[in-house]
Amino acid sequence: MPLDPSFIGRSYPPSQPYDVSREKIREFADAIGATSPAYRDAEAAKALGHGDVIAPPTFAIVVAMKTNETVMFDPELKLDYSRVVHGDQNFTHHRPITAGDQLVSVAHIDAITSRMGNDMITVRTEISTVEGEPVTTAKSMLVVRGEDA
Amino acid sequence: MSPTIVTEVGTELPPLSVRLTRADLVRYAGASLDFNPIHWNEKTAKDVGLPDVIAHGMLTMAVASRIVAEWIGDPGAIVEYGCRFGRPVVVPNDDEGALVEVTAKVTKDLEDGTVKVNINASFDGKSVLTGAFARVRVG
Repeated sequence: MPLDPSFIGRSYPPSQPYDVSREKIREFADAIGATSPAYRDAEAAKALGHGDVIAPPTFAIVVAMKTNETVMFDPELKLDYSRVVHGDQNFTHHRPITAGDQLVSVAHIDAITSRMGNDMITVRTEISTVEGEPVTTAKSMLVVRGEDA
Repeated sequence: MSPTIVTEVGTELPPLSVRLTRADLVRYAGASLDFNPIHWNEKTAKDVGLPDVIAHGMLTMAVASRIVAEWIGDPGAIVEYGCRFGRPVVVPNDDEGALVEVTAKVTKDLEDGTVKVNINASFDGKSVLTGAFARVRVG
């Protein structure tokens, strides 16, 4: 059954705060083979004008994914998560995610379309600090493969 | 940003080759908390019609971001990064893994202190990310 387009425009309640740690950033940087000192050394990051070590550009997915699960598993949306494929991804960084940040994210359904038996849903996650400073906008387009697709 | 970095339109970034093995996929799964078994379990991958275990699209995207971060020096200069996931990177259960080759080029001066860098990541001679780009602060 196609996804109900009346969900377009729906927003979900803010997530619990996510505490960004130097160790988690280092672990993520190691996992992607990234060598930049700005990910590991607070002094190097400060020399570049940052407040502490910063996270790689795609680290925001760790923060966004948990929030997006509230959309994926919304019982009213009736989305079959086992058929979901990641279609595209975009991050706009208002500033880099930085160690010590406490981040809250809010998921919004921006689009739902259907094509050739597949549903496409775009979830925009607005990530900001607990104080309300915008940090990152993450947009994920997910494809829900149809039964026959 | 170091003043020696050339950011003019047409500049090609130093290319990057990255091997992804099963161990890399497990490590990324742990770091990103994405434990979808198609990224580590051959049986599950084949049951859903994949040729073998595949890399997380987000891992390929993350690896491709390194070409820009390593070129510009300050990864915080990457103000936007996006791509579509065109094809999977299939990772065999051996020491060689899958070779992902990344190239990138400055394609546009956006005249707001940022430039657009188009990124190509290929595996097995075919592009795996479609329309990948970064917007990078240079001013």
